Amino acid sequence: MSLAFDPAKWWPAPLLPRRDGRDWALLFVVAALSFLAGLAAVGALAGERAAQGWRSELTGSATVIVRAQGTDTPDEAAARAEETVAGVRGVAQALPLDAAKTQALLAPWIGPGGLPPDLPTPRLIAVELDPKAPASGEAIRQALKAAGLDADVDDHSRWAAQIMRAGVAVEVAGASLFALILAVLGAVIAFATRQGLAARRDVVEALHLAGATDGYIARLFQARFARSAAQAGLAGALLAAAAAAALKLSSAGDEQLTALLPIAWRDLIAPAPFPVLGALVAAVTARMTAMAALAGRP
Amino acid sequence: MRYGRESEVLKDISFDLPRGSFHFLTGPSGSGKSTLLKLIYLAEQASRGRIEIFGQDLALLKRGDRPLLRRRIGVVFQEFRLLDHLSVFDNAALSPRIGGRKPADYRSDVADLLSWVGLGERMHAMPSALSGGEKQRLAIARAVINRPDILLADEPTGNVDDAMAFRILRLFLELNRVGATVLIASHDTALVARSGMPVISLDEGRLAPVAAFDPEPGP
Repeated sequence: MSLAFDPAKWWPAPLLPRRDGRDWALLFVVAALSFLAGLAAVGALAGERAAQGWRSELTGSATVIVRAQGTDTPDEAAARAEETVAGVRGVAQALPLDAAKTQALLAPWIGPGGLPPDLPTPRLIAVELDPKAPASGEAIRQALKAAGLDADVDDHSRWAAQIMRAGVAVEVAGASLFALILAVLGAVIAFATRQGLAARRDVVEALHLAGATDGYIARLFQARFARSAAQAGLAGALLAAAAAAALKLSSAGDEQLTALLPIAWRDLIAPAPFPVLGALVAAVTARMTAMAALAGRP
Repeated sequence: MRYGRESEVLKDISFDLPRGSFHFLTGPSGSGKSTLLKLIYLAEQASRGRIEIFGQDLALLKRGDRPLLRRRIGVVFQEFRLLDHLSVFDNAALSPRIGGRKPADYRSDVADLLSWVGLGERMHAMPSALSGGEKQRLAIARAVINRPDILLADEPTGNVDDAMAFRILRLFLELNRVGATVLIASHDTALVARSGMPVISLDEGRLAPVAAFDPEPGP
């Protein structure tokens, strides 16, 4: 057997012992953190996209409520308002809702019987704005006033602002969760590094006494944990992408779920930064922890 | 020198090892031989007193300079301190590797030295598969591979037969001949007598008068 060993072909073996049970537990934790971070990133992107969609729907339209006055019937007032609004610059289309549609909108509150036909209900006009240069609510309001119509304009700005705030909140929550998970990863790596130094005390002492600097020994732990974090992070990120893909495929026929969480295929690369950032955090944390621990030794 | 609140292990010791000298360190168990060696190879720090190596006061030595000084000191530990996850060859190559040398520059030196200490056929083996004597020879090979300026050895012949003990002594004498300062802690009176080298003796942590050795040469 000894003849099989050729010193000329020898290459140095890793100075730290190979992985043991503790390291596998660490890999599992890092993979789980990466999985959660990946899902958080995909969720933040999809949530932001949902908010963006709702916001563009709201900002791209307005509703005019017109009430008949003087000798006008409600239908006549609605026709005049439609004509007036359609003439405003920045309005793409104005569509009055007929009495039946108005009744249908009110049905949840007044029941299926509807209102008495002689009750002068206000008419609604759905206004579609030019997406490139949309008219402001104030411009429409002024035009209606100039036409002598008693009308209110709801440009949905109140709802749009709330949705915008919700979208920002989703983004901030996603980014915060991602940062929190990275911080947890750092804490886990710091703990694992201290454990590793304690468990391999004999190796560390032998290296020190052979003339290794603190930086040399710290680099061994730094490389070990960065590699572990990258590998486990990649596994977790792939699982998160697979889970997001499965969620997208399973929600294909569910309009409500798709509207709430509109995952796009390109979102599946959102977990990709975690293995890289995780490795970076692990490397920095392991080095700082090891250097601090080694500084206390002779 | 004391450990924690224990009584002093070494006290009132003062001696000088000239560059290129060869000394044996003797004394009964517990007399402080290993502690004295630890102070010299910087595994412990003296609680009082002054130690100077290569003209540098160890108390004033910056932490960053300690590794450079350690690389000039080869140590054979009583308990070997081999790295069990590394092969015989990797263990013997540890010091040049840590010193930043390229493997191609020291491969043949390591192989030659291992062959010289009788481990030429065991280069691939793991330490757990070695006998006590083989481990000791590997520990010696690891300590001398870098041709250290100071060689410290704690009972280096405790697990080998007489023939190998004298072979190892010849290696130490050869290193000394080319300039290394050698200090060997040993109970082996025959080896000490055979070498004819001066002795530093410790007793209960103090320097003791040197006992006369049997001048009769060994085999």
